Amino acid sequence: MSTPVAGPAAPPGPPLWLLLELTYRCPLHCVFCYNPTDFGNVGRELETQEWLRVLAEARALGSVQLGLSGGEPLVRDDLETIVGAACRLGFYTNLITSGVGLTEPRLVALREAGLDHIQLSFQDSTRRMNDFLSSTRTFELKSRVAALIKKYRYPMVLNVVLHRLNIDHVEEILGMAERMGAEYVELANTQYYGWAWRNREQLLPSRAQLQRAEEVTARFRERVGRSMRIFFVVPDYFETRPKPCMSGLGRVFLSIAPDGVALPCQAARMLPDLAFPSVLETSVRSIWYDSPAFSRYRGEEWMKEPCRSCPERGRDFGGCRCQAYLLTGDPANADPVCELSPHHHLVTAAVARAQRDIAVPRVEKPLVFRDYRSASARE
Amino acid sequence: MADIDTAARPAIGAGFRLQWEQAQQAHVLLYPEGMVRLSRSAAAIMTRCDGERTVAGIVADIEDAYATPGLAADVNAFIQLALERSWLELRS
Repeated sequence: MSTPVAGPAAPPGPPLWLLLELTYRCPLHCVFCYNPTDFGNVGRELETQEWLRVLAEARALGSVQLGLSGGEPLVRDDLETIVGAACRLGFYTNLITSGVGLTEPRLVALREAGLDHIQLSFQDSTRRMNDFLSSTRTFELKSRVAALIKKYRYPMVLNVVLHRLNIDHVEEILGMAERMGAEYVELANTQYYGWAWRNREQLLPSRAQLQRAEEVTARFRERVGRSMRIFFVVPDYFETRPKPCMSGLGRVFLSIAPDGVALPCQAARMLPDLAFPSVLETSVRSIWYDSPAFSRYRGEEWMKEPCRSCPERGRDFGGCRCQAYLLTGDPANADPVCELSPHHHLVTAAVARAQRDIAVPRVEKPLVFRDYRSASARE
Repeated sequence: MADIDTAARPAIGAGFRLQWEQAQQAHVLLYPEGMVRLSRSAAAIMTRCDGERTVAGIVADIEDAYATPGLAADVNAFIQLALERSWLELRS
């Protein structure tokens, strides 16, 4: 933030964080998934050897943190091979999974391959949202996987996505996490991309719900002390300043979609007028350093007012391009979460609509569950 | 803050990994979904925390390597901080 007005971008450092979205396939149908809502139209998944080439190329550039995600990465039966290769290259490997498919033999194989870390997401796996916590199937599955994770001496890290339909159960969720022996729990409020964007009206909590959840979390935190660390991520719609999304697009984060398309953020595929290159046609080095799609939102030259002359632009990078695009139609606008944005009223209007009585279900717009059929429909 | 027992043997904390990164020309400490880039002096200490060497041994080794006496307080302060952040753990 040394110059008063936005200047040209400095050359980027390496893509320290590499996320491989190995597949969009997933046994779950979460209404808050950030995967693209047309994932059924995405081309074939990369083959093992193609993923291994991406790993080697990215590692040579300096990538070091590796996320393996999806979809559900365990539906790939070459996950162990990919983890093994990543570990040999010197990556720190993080598996981001729903736990569905994580059997003991697979966990043993992943451990032997060198897997460093597992983040177990807790989702609702049924269509009956009201049964969220009484869903025996979910609880038993998660408990079994949690026990396995502990048995093989991984830290027990739970990620729970919160929204209007489950946020009132935070106490029960935390109780369950405690019984599972979780050491870290991330209570992450839904971010509105992909399927969550489609279901936003049904998922955005009310201010009162949010406040209650935060109070419950604070009390729980006090009781359990350091034995369980709880992170509560407030939904950004309730903030007055935007999040520093991806620490700035194209600065540290590189995501590869199942079909090999390289993205500066896993949601960025939605951004208009950008030809994101594929690892099938372009080297990772050239994608990161030379492609117009990756340099488009680097630095500050693309910014409009009020970001362009804002003293905070070096801290939040104008927020999230995808959110700006979804809400205003122009990704170069300030993220409307910012109260300085001329479009901030779009966010406050959505929040105001969410203040309705939570006991009254909205029937006029059904929830859309993430599934292959609706994801293949052309709009 | 109590001083650390000079006979204690610090080791890299569980879930952390220390490695040299060519692209960053630095030692980094890796942990779940995160990374700390270490300064040269921090790296000089951390690379010696192998669970075998004692705190006293590490101090002596560093004073020797840098031909500078009187580094015990600095090394101790860093080890304290690293213990608080779970970058290091003590083996007895």
